[in-house]
Amino acid sequence: MPATFTRNPVDVERKDTGIGGKPPYDRRPTGGGGDGENWDNHPHGRRGPRELLIRYRLGVMFALSGDLMFFVALVSAFFVRQSAGHFDAYNNFTSDWRPLAVPPILWLNTAVLLLSSVTMEMARRQLFHEIDVMEEWLGLGRPAVKRAAPWLAATLVLGLTFLAGQWVAWEQLVRQGYLLSSPDPSSHFFYLITGIHGLHLLLGIAALIAALVGLFTLKKVEFRQIAVDSVSWYWHTMGLFWAFLFALLVFFQ
Amino acid sequence: MKRALGRVFTTEHRRLGVMYLLLALAAVAVGTTLSLLMRFHRVWPNAVLPYFGVMKPEDYLALVTMHGTLMIFFVLTTAPQSGFANLVLPEQIGAKGMAFPRINATAFWLTVAAFLVLISAAHITAGGAPISGWTSYPPLSALPAAGPGQGLGMDLWLVSIGIFCVAAWLSAVNMLATILGERRAGMTWGRLPMTVWAWLVASILTLLAFAVLLAAVVLLFSDRHFGSSFFIPMNDMIDGRVVGHGDGSPLLWLHLFWFFGHPEVYIAVLPGMGLATSLFANFTRRRVAGYKMMAGMLVAIGLLGLAVWGHHMFVSGMNPYAGTAFAMVTMAIAVPSTVEVIGWLATLWGGGLRLQTPMLFALGFLSFFIVGGLSGPLLAEPALDAYLHNTFFVVAHFHLIMAMAGVFGVFAGVYYWFPLMTGRLMNEALGKVHFWVSLIAAYGTFLPMHFAGLAGEPRHYDRLAGPATNFAALIPVERGITYSALLLAAVQLVFLWNVFVSARRGRVAGENPWQSTTLEWANGTAPTRIEAGPYEYELPQGEGGFHPQWESAPKLE
Repeated sequence: MPATFTRNPVDVERKDTGIGGKPPYDRRPTGGGGDGENWDNHPHGRRGPRELLIRYRLGVMFALSGDLMFFVALVSAFFVRQSAGHFDAYNNFTSDWRPLAVPPILWLNTAVLLLSSVTMEMARRQLFHEIDVMEEWLGLGRPAVKRAAPWLAATLVLGLTFLAGQWVAWEQLVRQGYLLSSPDPSSHFFYLITGIHGLHLLLGIAALIAALVGLFTLKKVEFRQIAVDSVSWYWHTMGLFWAFLFALLVFFQ
Repeated sequence: MKRALGRVFTTEHRRLGVMYLLLALAAVAVGTTLSLLMRFHRVWPNAVLPYFGVMKPEDYLALVTMHGTLMIFFVLTTAPQSGFANLVLPEQIGAKGMAFPRINATAFWLTVAAFLVLISAAHITAGGAPISGWTSYPPLSALPAAGPGQGLGMDLWLVSIGIFCVAAWLSAVNMLATILGERRAGMTWGRLPMTVWAWLVASILTLLAFAVLLAAVVLLFSDRHFGSSFFIPMNDMIDGRVVGHGDGSPLLWLHLFWFFGHPEVYIAVLPGMGLATSLFANFTRRRVAGYKMMAGMLVAIGLLGLAVWGHHMFVSGMNPYAGTAFAMVTMAIAVPSTVEVIGWLATLWGGGLRLQTPMLFALGFLSFFIVGGLSGPLLAEPALDAYLHNTFFVVAHFHLIMAMAGVFGVFAGVYYWFPLMTGRLMNEALGKVHFWVSLIAAYGTFLPMHFAGLAGEPRHYDRLAGPATNFAALIPVERGITYSALLLAAVQLVFLWNVFVSARRGRVAGENPWQSTTLEWANGTAPTRIEAGPYEYELPQGEGGFHPQWESAPKLE
């Protein structure tokens, strides 16, 4: 079984001995095999405790960078549509864009989502806590799972709260007469952006539930780390996207 | 039964590669048939055809739409990128397999689903296929009442492309994670075969471009069904009735679409460029001239390709200053492209060419790349493009540089990697017939289109009615093009025959039939550490000396 605690390679820097001459060779490698080698030089399956984790992180990062482009396209469409218009019969340039005052509950929702990112990060860190992992490795129970599960559950609750809050915001807008089919392009964008972000969060919640189940059912520590780690990067990114989208909806109408 | 299902729903990348190629073959067969119908109609517009009767203008537009969509998405994106990369990429970098085999297989089946939805758009819906072209410009595409096929047909087109976007996204994530994370020890950036460089760049483009297309598709779908008006302009009229309900901007669709559409061109042609580089080295038994430069220029073409989409929109009413900027960036692409061509010529120059079929097709690729590329800077000039944009000149340009170059790249790959798929070589004599007739017929089809375009013949018109006398002189040219296209399609039957016969009774290839150096020919004997470059052909021990990447230390005395 590969070692599962995951300290980064650290170079121990020793100070100059002060007696002149060359200090002793003091790059003490704790992760690789020394002499400038790194894990990449090993064959597959033997590239250190993080080999699989790094693979999944790469995948998540690439998928999210594509997702970033998706949202960038929506945001650029927002700005183009905002400046679109036509010349009327008197040769005046008119536009149908009317700024939309977003429901104040969105501020609360945003706070909840940012808080959920904090709890997510707490859950993720529990999985990489060296002592806990070590204890588990030695067969002394699963302290990491015990500590991470509540944080994950908290994230799940906060995520659902955010979605409920978005739903309330939609209802408030509908009561004010803003519908997806109403002629206001700003309301189209509001529903589109919040809706698509909400869909992403629904996917995230499904992944959270899967990770929570996986936390108790997956046999290998490594796989539990991967499950929580992948979900957490996705979750953080969605929080970050929302921060920007929220700023767009509030300040750039 | 279970075993048969296991063979179909496999996660094994080689088998998936072959299945991608078969999917592309199905798509190219349909797409070619549609193009022949179009050619036939242009020359004999009043003929009674079996499925259509006398072809109506909207039928012709539906043919244009389906031909373009099939060829670009399901042939030129799937075969060179997903097909060949699945076939050999993990072996070429010495990986155990793909990073995410299940995501990879999911991407394939989503592509199949997208293909089936697209085909159903043409056949099961009441109005038939959509008619707004593979670019689906609004407002024609935004309103179901805008024409036959613009109802359910257009919806299915959008659904199909949406699914395809997700599939391309998954596939690119898998490719990138594989290339970045799964290389064998010692497989440094400087030891990657050029095909891997090309797939790397094309995957990055796929990831960025298809995400934007997906966003555009979502917006258009919302316009059609949820009452929004992102793309529908004020006072849009159909049949004299105002149907628009907002100040939407059709130009916005053009921007989003071509931000995808232009990188898509490079997704189609970059793998061919990488493969041609490998084949030139192999069949001249020389190193690639300027390996680092060639790899760097592939990356440069990809990056520049992300910033040139506006050159598809010179006549759209875009700000002329923006047009100038796009023109300059577009012409800048000629620089890395020329470096690539010069690199290839330097590899070929004075090398003893082994003119076997894969090499012939790679040379054909080079020929189309140069001839089709030369008209690129002309079209990149806004003032010239204003005249040429809606003529057959553009059709000639992109069919040579993208379609023919891309397809010849695919043929080169099939002839070259056929032993990996079947253990046998394809028939050389049939291959040579296939090559020479295809080359001549392809030029016979697309070169005269330049002249038709210069004479002003518009594209997208089903027939040259009205002041037809203006174009009367072009009728013989048109007829020649059609005969040539028929010949081009017919000779592909030779290729199909060759594939089926050679797969069963071809000459047994043995190990490494082309005496290649790259790892897909290692036959499982690759060491745990790679110590050689990808193209170690020029060795002092005389003619034919080469050092494959799977042998330990390169003998470079």
